[in-house]
Amino acid sequence: MNVRQLNWPLWLGVLLTLIGGFSYIAVFIWFPITRDFPWVNLLLFLVAAVFLWKGLRRGFERDRARPTLSKIIASVLTTLSVLMIALFLFSYFVFARWLPPSTGAPQVGQKVPEFTLPDSTGRQVSLNELLTTPIDGKPPKGVLLIFYRGYW
Amino acid sequence: MAISVDSPEVSRNMTQQAGYTFPFLSDQRLEVIRRYDLLHAGAGENGADIARPAELLIDKTGTVRWINLTENYFVRARPEDVLDKVNLLE
Repeated sequence: MNVRQLNWPLWLGVLLTLIGGFSYIAVFIWFPITRDFPWVNLLLFLVAAVFLWKGLRRGFERDRARPTLSKIIASVLTTLSVLMIALFLFSYFVFARWLPPSTGAPQVGQKVPEFTLPDSTGRQVSLNELLTTPIDGKPPKGVLLIFYRGYW
Repeated sequence: MAISVDSPEVSRNMTQQAGYTFPFLSDQRLEVIRRYDLLHAGAGENGADIARPAELLIDKTGTVRWINLTENYFVRARPEDVLDKVNLLE
């Protein structure tokens, strides 16, 4: 295959799709402005889609050296790329929203239940202790409770 | 303070790497997570039960002043917004 025959828009489209998918987890999830709404990834997918479309059309041109192979490669890679984009959109916009209703969670104005749990050194820590133990000689104003999914 | 199903060992490794200085508590038996109705059943590794992301600001009397239950687990409360709420505490 010589350079002029290479279907570069197709491969660029595939590359941009892969970057668009994996960069969210690898890079953009670390910054609230790109995490809370994945606009960088959507932009990458948009550019990828343009090149995939060009690559698909180029793969089906009649002047290809191996027309059948060219069509198969263009079709398969475009399909896989579209599936990857769809998987990303599903993961972010649908799957990540499947959260329980948590109607029984403490509401503003309610007292929260007291509890005691071990910290990362194994020491038992209670909420009441955190609310009353002075910090820098001053009583704490309160406690921020952050429940998180965990690192397992 | 942060609460998850992680063991103290996992929390220790993570906090040492990240340099966090506030307490990370382990609720491996999901007792507090259940009591606060923040269980996300089957959402962990191999279908394990974990906590959904949630932030609660508790004042010194133990009363909730602010709670954030995200609708999308990629979206979390931003530190500057939380600090705004913290400044409301007496």
